[in-house]
Amino acid sequence: MHGSKIPIWFFIGVLLLIYGGMICTYGVFEAITGNYPPLVQLTDLHTPIWWGGFLLICGVFYVVKFYPRRSSK
Amino acid sequence: MYGLVPLSPAAGSFEQIPAMLAFAAAPLAHLRPLDIAVIAIYFGMVIWIGFYLKGQANTSEEFFMAGREMTAWIAGLSFVSANLGSLELMGWCGSAYQYGILATHWYWIGAIPAMIFLGLVMMPFYYVSKTHSVPGYLMLRFGEHARILAAISFAAEMVLMSGVNMFAMAVVMKVVLGWDITFSILVSSFAVAAYVGLGGLRSAIFNEVLQFILIWGGALLVPILGMIQAGGVSGLKTKIITNMHSDSYFHLWRDTGHFSANPMGVHWTGIVLGLGFVISFGYWTTDFLVVQRVLAAHNLRAARMAPIIGSFFKMAVPFIVILPGLLGLVLLQNPDGSRRQLVGEDVVKSCALSPSDDKVANPEGCAAAMSTNSTLPAAYQQSVLSGAPGTELHSYNEALPLMLVRYCGPGLLGLGITALIAGFMSGMAGNVSAFSTVWTYDIYKPLINKKGTDSHYVLVGRLSILIGVAVSIGAAYLVMHAHGIMDYVQALFSFFIAPLLGAILMGMFWKRATAPAGFLGLLLGIVTSVSLFVWVKFNPSELASVALSADAKPMAENLYRALWAFITTVVIIFVVSLFTKPKPVAELDGLVYGVTKLPKEDPVPIYKNEYLWAVLVVVIFAGLNILFW
Repeated sequence: MHGSKIPIWFFIGVLLLIYGGMICTYGVFEAITGNYPPLVQLTDLHTPIWWGGFLLICGVFYVVKFYPRRSSK
Repeated sequence: MYGLVPLSPAAGSFEQIPAMLAFAAAPLAHLRPLDIAVIAIYFGMVIWIGFYLKGQANTSEEFFMAGREMTAWIAGLSFVSANLGSLELMGWCGSAYQYGILATHWYWIGAIPAMIFLGLVMMPFYYVSKTHSVPGYLMLRFGEHARILAAISFAAEMVLMSGVNMFAMAVVMKVVLGWDITFSILVSSFAVAAYVGLGGLRSAIFNEVLQFILIWGGALLVPILGMIQAGGVSGLKTKIITNMHSDSYFHLWRDTGHFSANPMGVHWTGIVLGLGFVISFGYWTTDFLVVQRVLAAHNLRAARMAPIIGSFFKMAVPFIVILPGLLGLVLLQNPDGSRRQLVGEDVVKSCALSPSDDKVANPEGCAAAMSTNSTLPAAYQQSVLSGAPGTELHSYNEALPLMLVRYCGPGLLGLGITALIAGFMSGMAGNVSAFSTVWTYDIYKPLINKKGTDSHYVLVGRLSILIGVAVSIGAAYLVMHAHGIMDYVQALFSFFIAPLLGAILMGMFWKRATAPAGFLGLLLGIVTSVSLFVWVKFNPSELASVALSADAKPMAENLYRALWAFITTVVIIFVVSLFTKPKPVAELDGLVYGVTKLPKEDPVPIYKNEYLWAVLVVVIFAGLNILFW
C-alpha cells in the first residue's frame, strides 16, 4: 500500500493471529477437559481447533509477509 | 444500501426491525469472557488504525480521497464491504429462509452486471474528470443546480441512513445479546467517529477491508458446518423437498414467469429491468457511498479493476447469506427436537408478551396471526398461547444469529458477533465518510465558503464527521420513538437512485444533453418517484397500476417505481435537450463518451488485464444463473 508505513494486510494479520491463537487455544482446552458448551452442535468436530488454527496460520502468513520493515521499500 | 429492496441490491427491511423487540424473549446468545475479549480487541484495533492513520490525513486529497493511493484490491474489497452491512446479511438470510434462492438475485443480477459496467465503461469518466464526488460530476456536466440538488439529497440521506443503521444494530444487539440499546448506539458511533474523524477516507477504507475479512472469518463457519450436518447438497435438497413439499427453493428464474408463481410475487421483467438495470446500476454506479471507494484508486487501471475484483466477492456472498437461510429451514430445532419454524415480524409483533406476567398480551390477535400468517403446527400455537416454557417465536430475520448460536461456542461466537458489529460499523463509516466529502466539497465549499484554505476544508471535513455522527444518533433515537419514520427514510433512498442514474447515463453517453435538461430531468424523476410512492401509500390498490399486475406484491412496486422514475428522467432530458443549447463539444472532454481522450495505459501482462477478469466474471455469473435456473 503506497504512502503508508504499515500496510492494511499487516493489521489484518495481527488480528487474525490474535483471534486464531485465542480460539485455537480454547479449542484445545475444550478438547482436553471435555467441557463442551451445551446446545452447541457438532462439538465432536472440534471446530475451534481447526478454525482457530486456520485463522492463526493466515495471521502468521500476513504478519510475516507484510511486516512493515520488509514491505516498505 | 438497505431496505428490502428498493434501494440497494441488498436488503433487510427496516420496517421489520422494531418488531424484533416485541416478543421479549431471552437473548439468543450469552457471551463468555473469551467472546467479550474478541469483541474488545476488534474495537481496540479499529481505533488504533484511526490513530495510526491520522498522520496521513493532513491534506484534503488525503482526508477525503485517501490520497488516491489505494490498490485495486483494497479499493475493490472496500467497495464491496461498504455495502455488506449486517442488516443485509441478516435480512437476506431471512429472505432465503422464506423464499429460497430467489433472494440471490439481489447479489447476482442485482449487482454483477452493474459492477462490470462501472469498471469498464463509467469509471474512466469519473476518474479522468478528477471529480471528488458524484454530485461533483453532475456539476461538471450539468452545472451547479443539478449538483446542489444531488448533494443536498445525498447528504440528508446519508445521515438519516446512518442513524437508522445505528438503531438497527442496537436492536439486533438487544435481541441477540440483550445489550442496552443506548450502550450499543454510543459505543459504535464513538468508534466510527473516532476512526473516520482521525484518518478520513483512508481509515474508513482500511477498516472496511478489515471488516470484510472478519465478516468472512466469522460467518463462513455456519454454511460449512450446516452443510456437514445436512448431508451435503443432496441431503439439503432432500430435506427441503421433504419438509417444504416444493423444489422452487432452488430455482432463480423458473418460477418468475408470473407474479403468482413465486412467493416473492415478482416477475422476471421486474427483476431484469427494475432490479438488474435501474436499481442495481443506479446504486452501484451512481451512489457516492460505493463510488467513493473506487475513486480512491491509485490509477485508472486500478479504478477499473476494483469493481471487477469486488464482483467476484459479491458473487460469493450468497454462500454466507443465502445458504445459511436454506440450512436454517431444515436444521433449526425447538428444544424438544422438532423442526423450528420461523415466522414473519407481524406474527412476532402480534404475539408480544405482556411485561407483567410474561404471557401473550393479546391472545386473540396472536392466535389469528399464527393461523393466517404462519404454518406453525396447531400444538405449537397452543403452547405459545399458553406461555409454555421453551416456546418462543423467532422471526425470519433471526435465522442467521440462530444458526450462529447453533454452531459457535465461546470464541467463535464472539467472532461471529464481531462480524455482525463490523458489518454495521462499515456501513456507518461509509455513510459518514461519504457525507463528509459531499458536505465539504458540494455544499460547504460552493455555497458557504469558496475561499477557504486546504487545511480549513480538512477541518470542516473532520467536524462534519462529528456532526454527521451526532445527527445520526439523533436520527436513531427519532426512529426508536417513531417507528413509522423508517419507512420514509428507506423510501427516501429509493427516490433518488433511479433519477440519478438516468441523469448520469444521459450526461455521460449523449453529448447533446444540456444543463437545464439534466437538472429538470433529475428533479422531475425524483418528483415522479415520490408521487408514485405517495399514491400507493394512500391507495394500496394502485400497486397493481404501478407494477402492471393485480398479483404484484410490494417488492414489485419498488422495482417498477424505480423503472418509471428512470424513464421519466431520460425522456425529460431527451426532450428538453432538443430545445435548449448544448455545451460546446470542447467543454465535454473528460465527461462524455465519444469526445473524451482516455489516457493511454501502460501494457500489462494478460493476467492483470481488466477485460480478461471481466469476461471471467461474466462467464461465472452466466454459469451460476444457468446452474440454478
